[in-house]
Amino acid sequence: MKEKLKAIRQEAIAKIEEAKDLEALNEIKVSVLGKKGALTQVLKSMKDVAPEERPRVGQMVNDTRTAIEEQLEKVQKEIAKRLREEKMKKEVIDVTLPGKRHMKGHRHPNQIALEDLERVFIGMGYEIVEGPEVEYDHYNFELLNIPANHPAKDEQDTFYITKDILLRTQTSPVQARVMETGRMPIRIIAPGRVFRSDEVDATHSPSFHQVEGLVVDKNITFADLKGTLEQFAREFFGPETKIKLRPHHFPFTEPSAEVDVSCFKCGGKGCRMCKGSGWIEILGCGMVHPKVLKDCGIDPEEYSGFAFGIGLERVALLKYEIDDMRLLYENDMRFLRQF
Amino acid sequence: MNTPMSWLKVYVPDLNVAVEDFVDAITLSGSHVESVEKKDKNLEKIVVGKILKIEAHPDADKLVVCQVDIGAESPIQIVTGAANVKEGDLVPTVLDGGKVAGGHDGGPLPENGIKIKKGKLRGVESFGMMCAIEELGSSRDLYPEAPEDGIYVFPKDSGVQPGQDAVEALGLHDAVVEYEITSNRVDCFSMIGMAREAAATYGLPFCPPIVPDTVKGGAVEQYASVEVEAADLCPRYCARVVKNLKIGPSPKWMRERLAAQGIRSINNLVDITNYVMEEYGQPMHAFDLDRVAGHKIVVKRAKDGDKFITLDGQERTLDSDVLMICDGEKEIGIAGIMGGENSMVTDQISTLLFEAACFDGTNIRLSSKRIGLRTDASSKFEKGLDPNLALEAINRACQLIEELDCGEVVEGVIDIYPNPVEPWTLPFEPEKMNRLLGMDIPENQMLDFFGRLGLTYEKEKNQLTVPTYRQDLHCMADLAEEVARLYGYDKLPSTLPCGEATVGKKSFAMRVEDVARDVCENNGFSGGMTYSFESPKVFDKLLIPADSKLRNAIVIANPLGEDFSIMRTISLNGMITSLATNYNRRNKNARLYEIGNIYLPKALPLTELPEERKMLTLGMYGTGDFFTMKGVLEELFRALGLYQRFTYRPDGGYPFLHPGRQAAIMNGKEEIGYIGQLHPEVVDNYDMKGEIYVAVIDLPKLTALATFDRKYEGIAKFPASTRDLSMVMDKTIFVGQIEEIIKKHGGKLLESYQLFDVYEGEQVEAGKKSVAYTMTFRAKDRNLEANEVNKITEAIIEALKKLGVELRA
Repeated sequence: MKEKLKAIRQEAIAKIEEAKDLEALNEIKVSVLGKKGALTQVLKSMKDVAPEERPRVGQMVNDTRTAIEEQLEKVQKEIAKRLREEKMKKEVIDVTLPGKRHMKGHRHPNQIALEDLERVFIGMGYEIVEGPEVEYDHYNFELLNIPANHPAKDEQDTFYITKDILLRTQTSPVQARVMETGRMPIRIIAPGRVFRSDEVDATHSPSFHQVEGLVVDKNITFADLKGTLEQFAREFFGPETKIKLRPHHFPFTEPSAEVDVSCFKCGGKGCRMCKGSGWIEILGCGMVHPKVLKDCGIDPEEYSGFAFGIGLERVALLKYEIDDMRLLYENDMRFLRQF
Repeated sequence: MNTPMSWLKVYVPDLNVAVEDFVDAITLSGSHVESVEKKDKNLEKIVVGKILKIEAHPDADKLVVCQVDIGAESPIQIVTGAANVKEGDLVPTVLDGGKVAGGHDGGPLPENGIKIKKGKLRGVESFGMMCAIEELGSSRDLYPEAPEDGIYVFPKDSGVQPGQDAVEALGLHDAVVEYEITSNRVDCFSMIGMAREAAATYGLPFCPPIVPDTVKGGAVEQYASVEVEAADLCPRYCARVVKNLKIGPSPKWMRERLAAQGIRSINNLVDITNYVMEEYGQPMHAFDLDRVAGHKIVVKRAKDGDKFITLDGQERTLDSDVLMICDGEKEIGIAGIMGGENSMVTDQISTLLFEAACFDGTNIRLSSKRIGLRTDASSKFEKGLDPNLALEAINRACQLIEELDCGEVVEGVIDIYPNPVEPWTLPFEPEKMNRLLGMDIPENQMLDFFGRLGLTYEKEKNQLTVPTYRQDLHCMADLAEEVARLYGYDKLPSTLPCGEATVGKKSFAMRVEDVARDVCENNGFSGGMTYSFESPKVFDKLLIPADSKLRNAIVIANPLGEDFSIMRTISLNGMITSLATNYNRRNKNARLYEIGNIYLPKALPLTELPEERKMLTLGMYGTGDFFTMKGVLEELFRALGLYQRFTYRPDGGYPFLHPGRQAAIMNGKEEIGYIGQLHPEVVDNYDMKGEIYVAVIDLPKLTALATFDRKYEGIAKFPASTRDLSMVMDKTIFVGQIEEIIKKHGGKLLESYQLFDVYEGEQVEAGKKSVAYTMTFRAKDRNLEANEVNKITEAIIEALKKLGVELRA
């Protein structure tokens, strides 16, 4: 009996070792462990074994079965592994082929510049607000200390609808509208479309965008304006950016300044973009004129504020090195695709 | 405004700075420098040479060989082709290795000049070049003594010596600085104004001319009289008389200063008027008193339709808002703009009436525009001059007349000045200024700044007196700017506003816009931007009926042209135009979106602001169809928490869309937008071909419905039960109608329904289509019984049958 089991075991293990595939392995399994298998036959002949011998023989049969099963599993794993590897070898792909992309659309460069700008100011606690594009003369000019007959009111600059209603020439009327509400403190950014009677060419458009900023509170200073714009310039144009304030004149701010930033292309060394000066003019700003505060119902003795206005197209054209403003309004896919 | 550095130094003698330094400093103190023209650019190694000997060239008839004394031990030899030089002449001579600015033809100057090297001309050595004035970058306009063609020869009385710097001898070591002067600083449109700024910037002494005063009235009244009828347009009129005029050339210093300013010398009289206009910024006019009828000047308005010939020979049409200078009989000049041909000064003049007046700036600006004539004088007047300037300028002109010995000035001035402008006072508030600026500038430093600018301080009253030429200083903030700019904006500290914290944010509507942009872009649509104004022809192009409300557009009174004359009431034109641009440029596919306003007037003509509505407009051609576009909208609605919220009503009645391929997007009974294929005729009108799809969504309406609130509903624990519906129906029945029925009868247990097949073709009867849906039912709290589901399904089938739908097995 013992020899028989040993023989079964040896034969089975030898066959298993030789098996080349899973089918062969299965055949061995059936021929040894199956209902009619060799081992099963041995079990059937247990009745011929003396009763006292039975536990020992039973144990031997079980050992044999376990050994064969273990061997089966081991070889089966090996074969599976080999087969998987063979399969994978056939599955090699050319990984340098292009990826399959879902074609997304593109943001308009003006909009990207605006969102970059808004993000900086939202981070500094500014609320984004909007105002009407068709506006009263009262808000566009009068409340901003630009009285009747001011040269800026000339027909050549402003599109009029009626004597009192016009297409806003600047986003500054939003300042007046926000101040009029009397809610303090004010920290706003007002982006939007403005209109001036300029013929279309590479640097002019009768319709363009401005971004207005306004802060009104107690103890707001000119130094605060400078600090705010410095922070903005660093966030927007890069951490190394410097700014330069030059005295200027706007009717609705006093003191007023024009602001240059160090050229973001050459870093201030002088290049074609900055016309060799190292500086690029980007915005106008100043302390809100006390008359404007007063006319909007704010006591200039108690409150002060600053305002600034940025030409969005100008910034976008510079930032993306676009050489013709007309491209912004043509919507040619070959242009838009680049942003 | 331009100033030669040399002229500024007349009033600021201690201004000894490099022009580069000056440009930075004056820009930072408020006079923005636009450009600098260095007169000695590319002029190197140029000295005065004295021609000692001229000999014929051995091999060339047109060349001569000169020995030139350049102040060195021995003369140098120069070969020249110029015919105008003779022995003993003193000429500008550029030495070997030097540079000149340009060619002798006076053409455009090369950026880096022209290098001069020794060489041989027809075999004879030449060690330099004698220069024409054009080669020095200048012209005969400014150096009238230069020959028309040939070498510049220093005049005999110039006193120059061989070897001396010829550029200096010609006054070319100078630079003309051009500034952008802001409209509030009228005083800076003059040499004296800029000199005051320069002196204030550097804290140097400022030395304006000392002008003798004269009596008001006096002898002059026996020569002429002045009457100002239109006092509102002429706040001041000053007149003085000069007799026994001697017209001749003006002195070199005056010619040179005018030359540096680009003004050609004419004669002493014209030069003096130009000189004073540059110096003081006050335009003056000279009348030949003998040609002034009745020796009387009357200032009054013209009559509508009057014709007048200005001294340029042009006939001008006037109106009653144009101010005229008249004599006893007729009009002789347009005030502040240009004199008349009939009173022109000629060389025969013997008695002169000088006018220095102040005219209303706005009126001059508007008149000059209406007449179509803008002159040096009008461009000064339109800025609104200080009336107190007139008297000083006229006295200065008379001073120069006497100094230059060009006539006898009659004592006294006629001065019509009914409401004199007096200097005003402002309190001196150093703390307030420091608080506004965020600085700590000491009081005495502030007072020093004000002193430099001509403001005087009275300690007892603690007030500052503002001179009338500073029309821009009226409040503490104005004074604070003066302090800040002289202190230096660059020295301002940088701080951030402190105080109550505020929340940075965008409005809900802006968030909706951002989501719309994201969804459009995720579906291949790129952001576009189109104009708000367009042509009224747009309505015809879009087949909009004559009586449509859309045609009630706001009209711009002064548009750039008809193409930009109305404010859009519909957002499609810009979109279709952009698609057409792409189409005509042969871009195969285009997908665009725009978020922009339309402008809907409440009444026309406008009495109040119109309604501005933001529209989301999509347009596409190329790959994709109606359902591609619809899918984008469905994605957008889902992103805004509005999944399956809207219905699509076929034939929304949009004339510009294909009648069988358009839908109004409905929120119940409210229309929130539309989608469709462009009508082929519209496609034709925009010069395109093929299928073009558009969609327009009213964003305010969408925003009102949108929500970003989401609630977790749990993941279904109980199994779903599905039923398929396979139907055959007339083509005219829309699946939307089927879905209405499924929704209506599906009740709470209907979880979702999904269209999985639509078929038209051989397998079904003509005029019919087959449609198949899967419906999914589920209860959240239990297993559904087959019966429940069957009952619902039967109800749906019943209702469908009533619609004329046949169920297929």
